[in-house]
Amino acid sequence: MSTTAPAPGKPATDERLLKTSPLKKFLGRPELGSVVGAVAVFLFFAVVADSFLRAASLATVLYAASTIGIMAVPVALLMIGGEFDLSAGVMVTTSALISSMFSYQMTANVWVGVGVSLLATLAIGVFNGVMLIRTDPPSFIITLGTFLMLTGMNLGFTKLISGTVSTKSISDMEGFSSAKDVFASTITIGDVDFKITIVWWLAMIAVATWILLRTRAGNWIFAVGGGEQAARAVGVPVGRTKIGLYMGVAFGAWVSGQHLLFNYDVVQSGEGVGNELIYIIAAVIGGCLITGGYGSAVGAAVGALIFGMTSKGIVYAEWNPDWFKFFLGAMLLLATLLNAWVRKRAEATK
Amino acid sequence: MTTEAADTTEAPAPGDRTPLVELDAVSKYYGNIRALEGVSLEVHAGEISCVLGDNGAGKSTLIKIIAGLHQHDAGTFRIEGEDTRLSSPREALDRGIATVYQDLAVVPLMPVWRNFFLGSEPTKGVGPLKRMDVDVMRRTTHAELLRMGIDLRDVDQPIGTLSGGERQCVAIARAVYFGAKVLVLDEPTAALGVKQSGVVLKYVAAARDAGLGVVLITHNPHHAYLVGNRFVLLKRGTMSGSHARDEITLDELTRQMAGGSELDDLRHELERAPEPDLKEHGDAP
Repeated sequence: MSTTAPAPGKPATDERLLKTSPLKKFLGRPELGSVVGAVAVFLFFAVVADSFLRAASLATVLYAASTIGIMAVPVALLMIGGEFDLSAGVMVTTSALISSMFSYQMTANVWVGVGVSLLATLAIGVFNGVMLIRTDPPSFIITLGTFLMLTGMNLGFTKLISGTVSTKSISDMEGFSSAKDVFASTITIGDVDFKITIVWWLAMIAVATWILLRTRAGNWIFAVGGGEQAARAVGVPVGRTKIGLYMGVAFGAWVSGQHLLFNYDVVQSGEGVGNELIYIIAAVIGGCLITGGYGSAVGAAVGALIFGMTSKGIVYAEWNPDWFKFFLGAMLLLATLLNAWVRKRAEATK
Repeated sequence: MTTEAADTTEAPAPGDRTPLVELDAVSKYYGNIRALEGVSLEVHAGEISCVLGDNGAGKSTLIKIIAGLHQHDAGTFRIEGEDTRLSSPREALDRGIATVYQDLAVVPLMPVWRNFFLGSEPTKGVGPLKRMDVDVMRRTTHAELLRMGIDLRDVDQPIGTLSGGERQCVAIARAVYFGAKVLVLDEPTAALGVKQSGVVLKYVAAARDAGLGVVLITHNPHHAYLVGNRFVLLKRGTMSGSHARDEITLDELTRQMAGGSELDDLRHELERAPEPDLKEHGDAP
């Protein structure tokens, strides 16, 4: 039967396929809800807040979005892989604390601390992943455990070592200014100041999108989230894929943590609690399914942008910031409803 | 690459050839539960061996042993004449045994072409630029499905939007493409209508004609008899019968499958059962 087989060079187009307009294609994308939401939020604040459209304000919005987005992007990948990481928020603080305290106590150069922090944070990610695949409970419970342990360790070790709840200043140490250039500098374009975290954010979006859509690992991420048993049955390394995803979150936490440290010089050890939910919400608004197997890195980044616009927009509109939470809740509900609809369409089986 | 499967068609004359897969008195215990005992099965190239049995007869356990998910506790398991103990599904795949599960065959939300190559994606480029060869993946998926007789409109549609029969066929086409020598099908027609079952059975036959050895697990003797060369009947974990096609009729197969004398008892019992009071309910719409 191989002799009559058409050459694989035959183009995969078909006359029964109506030419889909770019608009229709876009309607099928996971980012749809978030982009529509982002445009709506943007227009809303552009109307109600006079100062919102100023270049300086937009740079501030982007900065706020990037600090969330650096974490939301890897968290989104993890969610596409079907898992959660509740320890993501405090892991940022942990990473910053390790850099600061290791540098202060052990060496003269902050870069050593930064390197140690990278290894330690990645190790936390590996711990989460290994615990998950070695044992049975859902990732929700495992990372809740990690979350609590890290929260306690952050406070406990900081008090033990520096006597207060914050770290000592390291700004006079060797390497501080170069590290600040990398993690917390400001780039001036025209007369507008952009934070370097925006660059980190864009880079993470690009890398995550590349991995997700064009590499084998990306195929495996979709597969372990969308059908773990099926993935295992065709030989996908499920365990390694999940550990890799947790390490991705850890890497994001390391970047965020170094930004915290070199932006403010001292680290408050109680910070970060609750942020994990913000990352998850940004990913969900960006079109990631809670149940896994569907979503995009760009969507999560747009979700983070919505966060940035809302939190700063409320300030520019001179409203009570309490309304921020209300907006967030409304966005989350809308996004979830839209996701449910998308999934129903995509899974219209039988 | 497309000729891989066809290479196995030159099967030697029957009689003097080694079976692709051979189970000899294989047993499996889960703790003190006897899941499978003394089951023997031969799978030859270009033939379909059917495993028939009711729920709980041990069909799933048998599949899991052949697919490398579980190891047998007694008896021998030979692949091409060589004693084997598979440690993982990956190893089974590498030895040419592909298993298509009823529900687990595919990831519903992923496009057809991603599913087709899942776990064995072709790549190009090196280092950080190493990437999936998406064009080849799309084109090959379309061509391979066409070869099996499935003319897909759009390989980008989520595989969940295909019908159950089509999904089974994609899974079979995938196994054939990746050079499987033995195809294990777990109840491929269980959830399908008559017409769709026919379509799937056609592809099973196509895989057989391509020179693969097929293990068809089913509880439908009619489907089995349409395509099967040998029939193994399982009952409560043991082998209750093993027949070549020319030794048995469909009626006899159905009777044995349904439990033979048990069926007679059941008929007897149903005849004696008090007639339901139809009059009282007769008025209901």
